[in-house]
Amino acid sequence: MNRRLFLKGLASLPVASRLHAAPAAGNARFLLVFLRGGYDAANLLVPVSSGFYYESRPNISIPRDETLPVSAEWGLHPALRGTVYPLWEKGQAAFVPFAGTEDLSRSHFETQDSIELGQAPGGSRNFQSGFLNRLVSVLGAPLGAPKGISFTDQLPIVFRGEAQIANSALRNIGKAGIDARQSTLIADMYRNTPLGPQVAEGFAVREGVMREMADEMEAANRNAISSKGFELEARRIAKLMKEQYNLGFVDVGGWDTHVGEGGASGALATRLDELGRGLAAYADELGPAWRDTVVTVISEFGRTFRENGNRGTDHGHGTVYWVLGGAVRGGEVRGDQASVQPGTLFQNRDYPVLNEYRAVLGGLFARMYGLSGEQLERIFPGARAKDLALL
Amino acid sequence: MRGNRALTPIFVLLAACAAPPANLPEARTGTEQLLLLNRVTWGANGASARALAQVGSGRWLEAQLRPPEKDALPPEAQAQIDAMTLSQRPAAELAAELERRRKAFESIADEEERKAAQQAYQQELTRLGREAASRMLLRALYSPSQLREQMVWFWMNHFNVHQYKADIRALVGDYEERAIRPHALGRFRDLLAATARHPAMLRYLDNERNAAGRLNENYARELMELHTLGVDGGYTQRDVQELARILTGFGINPERGEFEFHPRRHDLGEKIFLGHQIRGRGAYELEQALDLLSTHPSTARFVCRKLAVYLVSDEPSAALVERMAATFRSSDGDIAATLRVLFASDDFEKSLGTKFKDPLHYVVSAVRLAYDDKVILNAGPMINWLNRMGEPPYARQTPDGYPMTRTEWASAGQLAVRFEIARAVGYGAAGLFRSEGPQPAERPAFPQLSNALYHESLQKTLGGPTREALEKAGSPQEWNMLLLASPEFMNR
Repeated sequence: MNRRLFLKGLASLPVASRLHAAPAAGNARFLLVFLRGGYDAANLLVPVSSGFYYESRPNISIPRDETLPVSAEWGLHPALRGTVYPLWEKGQAAFVPFAGTEDLSRSHFETQDSIELGQAPGGSRNFQSGFLNRLVSVLGAPLGAPKGISFTDQLPIVFRGEAQIANSALRNIGKAGIDARQSTLIADMYRNTPLGPQVAEGFAVREGVMREMADEMEAANRNAISSKGFELEARRIAKLMKEQYNLGFVDVGGWDTHVGEGGASGALATRLDELGRGLAAYADELGPAWRDTVVTVISEFGRTFRENGNRGTDHGHGTVYWVLGGAVRGGEVRGDQASVQPGTLFQNRDYPVLNEYRAVLGGLFARMYGLSGEQLERIFPGARAKDLALL
Repeated sequence: MRGNRALTPIFVLLAACAAPPANLPEARTGTEQLLLLNRVTWGANGASARALAQVGSGRWLEAQLRPPEKDALPPEAQAQIDAMTLSQRPAAELAAELERRRKAFESIADEEERKAAQQAYQQELTRLGREAASRMLLRALYSPSQLREQMVWFWMNHFNVHQYKADIRALVGDYEERAIRPHALGRFRDLLAATARHPAMLRYLDNERNAAGRLNENYARELMELHTLGVDGGYTQRDVQELARILTGFGINPERGEFEFHPRRHDLGEKIFLGHQIRGRGAYELEQALDLLSTHPSTARFVCRKLAVYLVSDEPSAALVERMAATFRSSDGDIAATLRVLFASDDFEKSLGTKFKDPLHYVVSAVRLAYDDKVILNAGPMINWLNRMGEPPYARQTPDGYPMTRTEWASAGQLAVRFEIARAVGYGAAGLFRSEGPQPAERPAFPQLSNALYHESLQKTLGGPTREALEKAGSPQEWNMLLLASPEFMNR
């Protein structure tokens, strides 16, 4: 199966996927996956040709022959063998190393916030305006607003702003106890309050989730659900994004590997395995709609290039972004790069940032939605979009 | 000791310069008292309304600021706490025993047997974590010292640990009891020192692994960013590294499960921390560092702003924060004195009834209003509701703690879940009055929301749309649900 896909991927790579048109703007579907905690990007996209990497990580490096081949310089973490790597082989996955922000606090929370806000660095920040919400507002007029939804308990900063955005965590879905008449009574109490729109949206989302999950509920009653954890969550996300929503956000935690992160196997490998299963399940569940879908996986920062005293890594700077999708021009490592050696480390400690996130995402959105410079300026004020030709 | 300090002339003088002595708010009408109770307690109920009315709001607030060391909980609640393993065995002993169990099952050869032992070990950890959560909820529901219980939660959240990391479920109850609770209205410097020496914190932020030549920056960074100075408080990456060096050797004794300083793991070199030279001399270096941190102006501002967000407004005024910070500094970080400034402010009085409840305030206030001082037998349903709303006790994975603002908790998905919880609380006892265990005790109970407090004061605070909805209720259960789902009940 893998081998067949691989060969098929090879055959189709130069022609079909490269010339494949970007998704039609009206159908485009985008999912942002935020790995909270700063995942160790240097063990995801392993700089296999760098002796310095192996010197710097005596206990947690991944030997070249255990990585999945990507290029002369890079190899992919083996935990993604059956999940994301097949997408790479089909040319549907790209990686952007040396990606990240100009924020130097190395604080999880500070950096996550500033990324989600997507505002110009140095200015005063408006905490009620995240970049995905601005994307919804910008696209709203000409295309009919894309419907945004966050698959989280709370509405994340990235989705805060003028446009009304739904949220619903999909890890656990309980049965609704409130009937239609009661929903109306409750909504009436809120009609003229600031929470009115949220309350109405809340009931609507709940109904939508219940509708999409009816099959799953039935399968669960027969004990027939085969996936769990993030994989199950990702399948549910795909179901909702097939028709009801086309702009999504989900976050995945547990990446702050200060201690004992492991190499080819171990703690980080387990997290990557679960993430990979989820991403593959998402692509699978979307079916033909995967063609119009782009998934971008980001994290607040990379980690220290050298392992710390506890076979883990501390907070660093540059990281690696993943871009996946049926029409993504993948099978390549994209963006500006530096050779991995002592002299190129930022502050003699971390990967530098050569591909600033607002520039990269701006370039991607421009391709996906055919945005003008003026529209991009509203989403990422002051940023210069960088076209990595990801679509 | 607090009282003595407060009476020294220097304090009086400084306090006088910083902020003119102001009176605590005088709530006269039933509605005013209700609003005050909803902010200072975990939610107004009949018992708290009577306690306030008896002495007047000013004296009641003073008493809340300086509660007795030992609380008089209702006997049924105290008996539940006394029966807990947490109350009967010292935490270090428990943790050490569990650690022996963990090592023992690792060496079991038979796989089935090992799995069973591992599962039993995990179940025991989870049971201990739930005991701590149940104790916290019982105190929030029934303690007369309501402000202290609110502050215990605030500081637990400020110095957050995640119970599902390693064996922290066995430690978190002790962390709350011995590191946080005694200082919740005391001195900030004492809180800081107590958290820095508790195994729960040292394990959560990996400092037990931090040793000379094998630095781990995790705790050092969060100690400045989240516990004291704040991210813009004026420290550098170099300061993080120097504080990490100062913190080397602060760990946990593996046999006894207690805090221990290991001199051999400590970096004895000289450090430059926040511009100060710190000579290498062992554990004392941390005292110097904590002195610098706790007296730093950024810490006063950062901590006082967070207090004001919790107890006044999502966007507290800079003037209020400055006045609180001035008292915080002049009183050597006296938390009660700082809160007194907050309570005496116009901002506080004007803000009553406008803070959006986070899930914990929502759940506890609903159960307090529904059952008053009738003591529940099982906090499990409350823990489940908190799970569903995304704020389970001791389970924030990241060290920043749960957020406290409306934007964070009032999203569409949140509200939809909240209404489901309103239904669960309003429709019946929901398992709150059936104890756990092999022979569960059960007592009949029904949520009484249309109670004396409702008719005396709560009703007057409801707007037209809420009254109309309540009139359309088809049953007492539905009426309860609608009251708990109303916009008025979302605020404190």
